[in-house]
Amino acid sequence: MIVDSDVKKSINGVKSALPIVLGYLPIGFAYGLVGVKSGFTISQVVALSLFVYAGSAQFIAISLLSAGTSIVTLVSTIFIVNLRHFLYSTSLSQYMKYISRKHIPILSFFITDETYAVAVTDLQSNSEYTEGYFYQLFLTSYTACVFSSFLGAVSGSLIGGSINVGLDFALPAMYIVLLLMQISGYKKVFISIFSGFLSITLMFILPGNTNVIVAALIGAGMGVLLDKWVRNL
Amino acid sequence: MGTKFIISVIGMFLVTYIPRFMPVYGLTKIELPQAVKSFLEYVPVAVLSALLFPVIFIKDEKLFLDLSNVYLLSAIPTFIAAYFTRKLFTPVVVGIVSYVILSIYY
Repeated sequence: MIVDSDVKKSINGVKSALPIVLGYLPIGFAYGLVGVKSGFTISQVVALSLFVYAGSAQFIAISLLSAGTSIVTLVSTIFIVNLRHFLYSTSLSQYMKYISRKHIPILSFFITDETYAVAVTDLQSNSEYTEGYFYQLFLTSYTACVFSSFLGAVSGSLIGGSINVGLDFALPAMYIVLLLMQISGYKKVFISIFSGFLSITLMFILPGNTNVIVAALIGAGMGVLLDKWVRNL
Repeated sequence: MGTKFIISVIGMFLVTYIPRFMPVYGLTKIELPQAVKSFLEYVPVAVLSALLFPVIFIKDEKLFLDLSNVYLLSAIPTFIAAYFTRKLFTPVVVGIVSYVILSIYY
């Protein structure tokens, strides 16, 4: 009888998480630093990593909160920014249906751009995995994010006021880099410029920071139309 | 921690967690229409641009297209560094350093 088949050899999630950890450490550190320098306490900065755990959304939350944005605007902006997790979750569901359902409410919290990308790559070429793989991958990445944002926040509170002036540009710089990483193809370049200037225009018309979410919704909608038009050409 | 902060974190937790949880738990069996997928794909670009452009082009509620706009000027080396490194940390440092140097001159 085949006794060996009982011992299921799962892929190692910790090993798969290492590139993510290398990516999260500097980002988390920068986030912690900027968070404290924007006037938040260390525990507030870490709380966002613990409970929201979504890279760019945390930077956006910091800048909107420090600008005094209303809770409704803030939360709806974050909702739109993080709606892409819906896609990742949909895609992961075909792999996660093989593991016990009781793990799903916990595991699904840890889906990010990076953990999703790594998990899908691993699972496409491996059918031998258990929930252990997901816990290893997810918790290693999560720990890296929380730990590095804590380190960044502590460093930020230790460094004196002298570097404050430079950190004014940390968030815009972060936006530029994240934006460039997102842009592929001329359609996205167009949507970027369109949404950007729409946001500026709306800034003079709409109250608070609502220009961001309205411009983003119209901009993404414009992208859908663009996809339709270009395909029909 | 202020009450506003705590409510904000709870709100952000919920709106981030629910889209992560629902599909994988099997609560949304429907296949997303192409238009929705396409929309979600454009959201990050649109949001980031909507956030960035006002910061670098506007000052004191006016369009600020001038060589003394330090934000706009610092954006250029940041953009170039981001284009070549494709990493997050180096371009941000390049941006901050450019900003500090330019702030001294202007």
